[in-house]
Amino acid sequence: MFKMILNKEMGTTIRLLSELKKGQKGLIDSFTDYELSLKLLEMGCIPGEMIEVIRIAPLGDPIAISVAGYMLSLRKAEAATVRIKTN
Amino acid sequence: MTKKIKIALVGNPNSGKSSVFNALTGLNQKVANFPGVTVEKKIGYTSLRDKFGNTVDAEIIDLPGTYSLYPKSPEERIPFQLLCDPQNEAHPDLTIVVADGANLKRNLFLCSQLVDLKIPVILVINMMDIVRFKKININFEKLSERLGVPIVAMNARKLEGLKELKLAIVQPFNPPVNDFIDIRVFAPEVVDTIRQTVNVKSNYNAFLVANNLDLISNFEIPEFKKEKIRAVCAQYEFNGQQMQAKETLERYRVISTIMQEFISSPENPIQKSPSFRIDNILTHRFWGYFIFLAVLFLVFQAIFAWAIYPMDLIDSAFAWLSEQVQSSLPPGLINDLLVDGILAGLNGIVVFVPQIALLFFFVAVLEDTGYMSRVSFLMDQLMRKFGLNGKSLIPLMSGVACAVPAIMSTRTISNWKERLITIMVTPLMSCSARLPVYTLLIALIIPSDYIYGVNLQGLVLMLMYLIGFVAALLAAWVMKHIINSKEKSYFVMELPTYRIPRWSTIGIHIAEKVKVFLFEAGKVIVSVSIILWFLSSFGPSDSFERIEEKYMSETYTRSMPKEEIDRQIQSEKLENSYAGRLGHIIEPIIKPLGYDWKIGIALITSFAAREVFVGTMSTIYSVGDEASTKMTVKEKMRNEIDPETGGPKYTFAVGISLMLFYAFAMQCISTVAIVFRETRKIKYPLIQILYMSGMAYIASLIAYQLLK
Repeated sequence: MFKMILNKEMGTTIRLLSELKKGQKGLIDSFTDYELSLKLLEMGCIPGEMIEVIRIAPLGDPIAISVAGYMLSLRKAEAATVRIKTN
Repeated sequence: MTKKIKIALVGNPNSGKSSVFNALTGLNQKVANFPGVTVEKKIGYTSLRDKFGNTVDAEIIDLPGTYSLYPKSPEERIPFQLLCDPQNEAHPDLTIVVADGANLKRNLFLCSQLVDLKIPVILVINMMDIVRFKKININFEKLSERLGVPIVAMNARKLEGLKELKLAIVQPFNPPVNDFIDIRVFAPEVVDTIRQTVNVKSNYNAFLVANNLDLISNFEIPEFKKEKIRAVCAQYEFNGQQMQAKETLERYRVISTIMQEFISSPENPIQKSPSFRIDNILTHRFWGYFIFLAVLFLVFQAIFAWAIYPMDLIDSAFAWLSEQVQSSLPPGLINDLLVDGILAGLNGIVVFVPQIALLFFFVAVLEDTGYMSRVSFLMDQLMRKFGLNGKSLIPLMSGVACAVPAIMSTRTISNWKERLITIMVTPLMSCSARLPVYTLLIALIIPSDYIYGVNLQGLVLMLMYLIGFVAALLAAWVMKHIINSKEKSYFVMELPTYRIPRWSTIGIHIAEKVKVFLFEAGKVIVSVSIILWFLSSFGPSDSFERIEEKYMSETYTRSMPKEEIDRQIQSEKLENSYAGRLGHIIEPIIKPLGYDWKIGIALITSFAAREVFVGTMSTIYSVGDEASTKMTVKEKMRNEIDPETGGPKYTFAVGISLMLFYAFAMQCISTVAIVFRETRKIKYPLIQILYMSGMAYIASLIAYQLLK
């Protein structure tokens, strides 16, 4: 039961970053937590930027993503505030 | 002619800022704390010469690493306050922005903010070795022109580009002329009003003041001006968060065009990078934990086993020195004070140096290589349940050797709440000073039998270590719910590229830590050790003279050898000293735990260090008949009779009660001193003493009452 929102015009799906599996990628669409978004923005997580889940910690949390050419790790709860456009 | 300039070093974490700092200043640096916060303030000095032969003395301040000028932690507040307040006494004449050349997009963000602040900027593009490895092509000339600041390409680890940087510093510098982005359009009225009200150098500085109104109380501007700023912000409904988001997006928009114009880079998928491959092993679900355990074990071995040799050396050096002093000065008060008070105190400090140096060697290597953030990544899920950070494991395990260096090493934890909890619970880990107490008591009350091939005494010893660890986790869990933190805790953290450690940087780091410990915690430790010496070597009125007189009488001199008399005098003096009296005074309080005044004295003297328990016990039990002189402490304690029961004093119940007391109680003045130094507030060590001693009392009480 994924919280998928189908965007019919674009033919893309909006998903939460926390739902992506290892190796899945997408473009940052928007954020749901204003304060955290400011932190993520200044670290280069800009809407439209391509990100990919490159690793999930052995205990399932946190995850590591690639963004703007570097590796960033964040907790699943934090990743759940980032909406991702995937095909 | 000599010119003096103040330079601030700014940059993202992991940009190699400290390499640039060390390259510029070498050993010519000192560490202090920024006033009011536990953020380290590193200042270095260097003397340069410009092309006319004039000397330029530069004072360089290494600011904490930050991703932007928007402060989210006490650490990031420092750059903001220094750079955005021209009245601040440390406000620099020049800023050097250090950027990771392989990560320019994110690093240019901070640089662009500084350009708009209109403080003169030199941009250092660092890590050129990686830039070349990744075949990234940077058009330095055009980029410098576009940003309006001089650029120096460096590989600071190899000192490559250092000459050019020094040259750039002595050039006449001017504030950047062009704005990177036009910030005024976002809030023209607010920016204009602030610029008219206070002395700031740029529109962006005004914008930042509006955005951090709660922080401007630290600025030296009169209250009515602050009111005016607050009023205009309210009038035009200046929404800080929204403004910050707008600014960030606009900056990255411009940076993207710059990246396209002046920087070309082949596709460098992270999955192909060496760091990613190393991570395949180091964060592997089996090998990752296996290697982390091995690392912990190595650190543990080093501070537990290897540090013993230099520590023994230090102890024997002090013993020799004490002997020299004792024999070369006439016996008396000064002699005693020097030997038993000051030298003993100094010994107690210097003896920590090997452990501190070894632990910080490992911590610095783990940090510098980039492994430490992987530890967080691996352990976060487990540790955050207890309000701790993945990085807390290093201090906790080091606490098994000694809490003092362990607490110093918590600086790697950037979240204040997690760091505070780690500091508060680390002393519960069974440190090596408890070991002599445990072994003595275990030998007394636990038979040396084997059950299923397992030695009982060893099993109990292991249990004591386990109890300490579990108690630390439980205390952390409780504190997680008690401690309120205004600071929002984010985990969001860069996993930096793996790098070979820089040995010189590590050396400087170790020297710094040792210095801080010796001179800051050292002061407290020596003072307390002098007080303890006074308490145990002086008694009220003439009680000591009377003891000596008593043993001068013929009854004693005729029937006893000289050494035996001396021993008895010592023991009786201890009983009648202030410490001894205190032991008697607290007896009613500790009686329910199964202790008498003799143990009370040991509890008091143990404040110097827990292992003093053993020494105090042997002094106290020196009193007795001739046969007892040949006995060990253990045997003497075993023969001690409880006057109330007629049976042995050190029963199973008393032993367990005592061991639990030593497991939990905060009886270490060095730890108290270092907690004070690391938290900057007397409140934290006090809370720690109270909660730990409370726990100790209750645990011992329950154990004794159940077992007796």
